[in-house]
Amino acid sequence: MSTEESTTPSTQTTTSANSTQPVIRCESVYKIFGDNAKRMMRETGGVVDAGKFEEAGCIVGVNNASFEVYPGELLIIMGLSGSGKSTLLRCISRLTDATAGEIFIEGQDILTMKNKQLIELRRSKMGMVFQSFALLPHKTVLENIAFPLQVKGESTKDSIERAKQMTELVGLAGRENYFPRQLSGGQQQRVGIARSLAIEPDIWFLDEPFSALDPLIRKEMQDEFLRLQGVLSKTILFVTHDFDEALRLADRIAIMKDGVIEQLDTPANIVLNPATEYVRKFTEEVPREKVLRIDTVMDPVDPAESVSDLKVPQDALIATVAESVLNAGKPVSVVNDNGQIVGTVHATKVIKILFGSRSDNQTSDQVEQP
Amino acid sequence: MDTLSENKFLQFLLLLGIFIVLCMIIPESEGNPLWRLPPLLAGLPLMINNGVDYLMFDWLPVAVYDPDIEEYEQIPIMRQFTRGVSGFILFMIELVRELLLGGVKTIVTFTSWDWATENQWARWPALPWTVVAGGAALLGYALSGWGLAIFAGVAFSYIAVFGQWEPSMQTLSFVLIAAPVSVCLGLALGVWAYKSRIAEAILNPILNVAQIMPHFSYLIPVMVFYGIGDHAGAIATIIFATPPMVRLTLLGLKKVPAEVTEAGLMNGCSSWQLLRRVQIPTARRDILIGVNQVIMQCLAMVVIASLIGAKGLGNDLLIALNRLRVGLALEIGVCIVLIAIVLDRLSMAWANQQTDYFANQSFTERHKHLLIFLVIFCAGVVLAFLGSLVFKEGFNYFYLIPHNKGITTEPFWQAGVDWIWDTFFYSLKAFNEWLIVDVLIPIKTAYLGMPVVATFTLAMGAGFIVGGIRSALIVGGFLLFIALTEWWDRALITAYLMTIAVLISGTIGIIVGTLCAQNKLSSRFILTVCDTFQTFPSFIYLIPVMMLFGVTDTSVVIAIVVYATIPATRYTVEGLRSVPESLHDAGSMSGVNRLQRYLSIELPMSFPHMALGINQTVVFALSMVIIGALIGTDDLGQLILKSLSEKSGVGNGLVLGFCVAFIGLAIDQILRTWANQRKAALDLA
Ligand SMILES: Nc1ncnc2c1ncn2[C@@H]1O[C@H](COP(=O)(O)OP(=O)(O)OP(=O)(O)O)[C@@H](O)[C@H]1O
Ligand SMILES: [Mg+2]
Repeated sequence: MSTEESTTPSTQTTTSANSTQPVIRCESVYKIFGDNAKRMMRETGGVVDAGKFEEAGCIVGVNNASFEVYPGELLIIMGLSGSGKSTLLRCISRLTDATAGEIFIEGQDILTMKNKQLIELRRSKMGMVFQSFALLPHKTVLENIAFPLQVKGESTKDSIERAKQMTELVGLAGRENYFPRQLSGGQQQRVGIARSLAIEPDIWFLDEPFSALDPLIRKEMQDEFLRLQGVLSKTILFVTHDFDEALRLADRIAIMKDGVIEQLDTPANIVLNPATEYVRKFTEEVPREKVLRIDTVMDPVDPAESVSDLKVPQDALIATVAESVLNAGKPVSVVNDNGQIVGTVHATKVIKILFGSRSDNQTSDQVEQP
Repeated sequence: MDTLSENKFLQFLLLLGIFIVLCMIIPESEGNPLWRLPPLLAGLPLMINNGVDYLMFDWLPVAVYDPDIEEYEQIPIMRQFTRGVSGFILFMIELVRELLLGGVKTIVTFTSWDWATENQWARWPALPWTVVAGGAALLGYALSGWGLAIFAGVAFSYIAVFGQWEPSMQTLSFVLIAAPVSVCLGLALGVWAYKSRIAEAILNPILNVAQIMPHFSYLIPVMVFYGIGDHAGAIATIIFATPPMVRLTLLGLKKVPAEVTEAGLMNGCSSWQLLRRVQIPTARRDILIGVNQVIMQCLAMVVIASLIGAKGLGNDLLIALNRLRVGLALEIGVCIVLIAIVLDRLSMAWANQQTDYFANQSFTERHKHLLIFLVIFCAGVVLAFLGSLVFKEGFNYFYLIPHNKGITTEPFWQAGVDWIWDTFFYSLKAFNEWLIVDVLIPIKTAYLGMPVVATFTLAMGAGFIVGGIRSALIVGGFLLFIALTEWWDRALITAYLMTIAVLISGTIGIIVGTLCAQNKLSSRFILTVCDTFQTFPSFIYLIPVMMLFGVTDTSVVIAIVVYATIPATRYTVEGLRSVPESLHDAGSMSGVNRLQRYLSIELPMSFPHMALGINQTVVFALSMVIIGALIGTDDLGQLILKSLSEKSGVGNGLVLGFCVAFIGLAIDQILRTWANQRKAALDLA
């Protein structure tokens, strides 16, 4: 598969949002660890070859990352351990200084920003959730959540008032006076989330927020997260290495390998049109029904056909409606947002997606391309 | 050959063999450099003296206005600086002291002696002891609860009732200034070292030496620069108490997880907010241990600082010890320990305080504690007034109980000592003689009979086997310094006392520790015991042994052993308890019995930690050996004590101090390298 093919859909998404300014824009961002990183960059003229750099004692964290994130978008950054996800996030939040490149937050170049402006930006616009929660051990739930506000200089009374609302929002009411060590992992991360949201940030960074939690709690927290996102609709950068999680949450997914962003696209496109062999391998095991929307398997309306009374929305994921489609006994109509019928879906095709072996990818691809 | 290069045990045996041969073949003779190195560094103390003199009396004179002679005067800047510092610290101490005990000096500071003599009414009244004790109890209640309140109240009442009020408050005023200064200074330096690598590189070696440098050696330079008196004592105490605070602050800050720091940054902290509100509180555990150490050090210095003129309990204790009034010494010792524990618990409680944001408090509730204090204050004053009516003979027991006019249990203790002497005289004497004649003296002779080359071979060889050429050179460097001074023989005596003590303490500590580590309850118990004993300033241990053995080497050795057993026990318990349960189970599953399990799993696993414990034992023992000089030994400590009273003792004192510190550092080098290697081998690091 060529890169061009896969970029086309993503350009479409961007054009649709082009009217608004991107919230985050990265231009050829590099992060190279090591004492002689700058020198190596100069010597190689900005062409970073991970192998060569490693010989010189440098570790490449992020390698030529360029992308944009638009308001209200949820971008997921994925990749194996050590692929540079956290490093990229740290560059964008300027917890670490990128070695080269430009990063703009709402048009402001943050790499040239003075410390004072940076603090101001973090106090007003950014929130971050950490994998290991990073709560302040000496503060109670309430104090932890109120902390960013107090740092800003808000009065104790106001900040505690607000923190109390936040505890309710994340479902921790009644535990305000607990210390982090008295809470379970899931509860601690709720505190982390509440803290990062206390200042009502526009941009929300989450670095593997749920990885340290066991599967049941993780599911619960993801639901919680979706609920919050539904209410708040922030611009989000979300790091994970759990594909299921990515599929549940993402608008777009960026897949990283050794510091390079291999592909950045919608979940469906990544699964259907992997840009590189690596991405294909990476997505091989992904259940298609969780990625594909029902309209990718529908047929044009055939007036002669008798259909069931059931109607399914065209943007529903196959996984969510498969059961009812199969139970309907007849082909099912697909409707758009306005309730107009745009196609019909047949049980056979759904079954093929659900149970077709993964090696059939090519065939199912063909099926989906009308 | 192969087995030799791999088997460290064989290497040690070989080393021992070489050592013994060297001892045999090198004859004792003054001129032989293989026997004793020539004292090439003998001139060092003099150079230090000259340097200090120059610094104090010649360097960079500045013009300072002297109001007494109404003229400008040329004063070296260093002198001016030390004067300023002394004045400030003295004023602070006086301020606290007179708040507690009353007096006129603070008033004089703002007026003049003439004015104060003319106006006899202008005297600061003392707080009645009931108010101080009540205040302490209230503080304990406010910070922690009833337990601490009762403890603090009882402790202060004890002090008052036993007639130690005045010296105790003098000591307290001294500690209340020295401890906070040390804590702040230590915190600042620790933060500095955390922020700057260069600072860390500079501070690290200084801290290493400072930790093992004997207490006495600090006194001499302080005396030269700051003279004699409470302020000098306070300054020596500050210098002594700050290093552990720096070290623990740095340690704690380094342990703050990177993500917590990042969270702070993302929450919009400025660098000051980050430090004060995120990093320092997160590092609180270690920093609090530091505070605890500072308080311990301050009280440990109480007696030692009295050698350069600090007033209070230390001074009295020293006198009581010198006069062999063991009962009195015991009472004073209890006062010091009580003050130590109260301060320690109060500071811990203060640091662990919590705020309740939900309480919707009224004015009286919010200022409850202040109001109660006012009530206590008024009650105390009224009581003191009533007391002045009741007690006509001059002592108002409700106001200030004068020194040594309280209840005393001294006759009881004295009788006890007498009884012990009468009853066990012969057995004690026999033990004493046996220990001295059959154990101590032979070992001492053996130590003194080592040719210097043999000692070097043994020490450097051990260093080499454990840590390669680097350790060997470091150890050799430390020893070389000592060997080139005039005091090699004295250093050997110090080393001999220390070795005996460490051997005995280590054995007792490891055995007791192992037994107690067998179950949770007993380990908790023994750790608490260690905690408590560690609160006692070191010289306290001299009191009971002197009761039994008088002023002899036996007393010193026993005191050292008791004192040094604490870390050995503690580290053994901690080491054994930290062996993961899963390993126990694994051992039990493969059918080993308890002893086998101990020998094959638990002991090796906890060895690195135990080695650190032995290291601490060495440090404890060394410091106690030197303190033993107070009751008479003939090692380096005695010389340091002597140089205190010499006119130009700075050079001697410092060089002697370095000698002691270097003995400790040499052993530290070997043990620590070894522990780290074992740790790495066991994948514990
Ligand atoms: N401070 C640092 N100094 C040197 N190398 C670093 C540093 N931080 C990260 N790296 C290296 O950069 C690379 C990317 O690390 P990063 O933490 O971004 O990975 P990640 O994708 O977040 O992995 P994980 O899923 O384990 O969190 C790794 O090879 C790592 O070793
Ligand atoms: Mg990461």
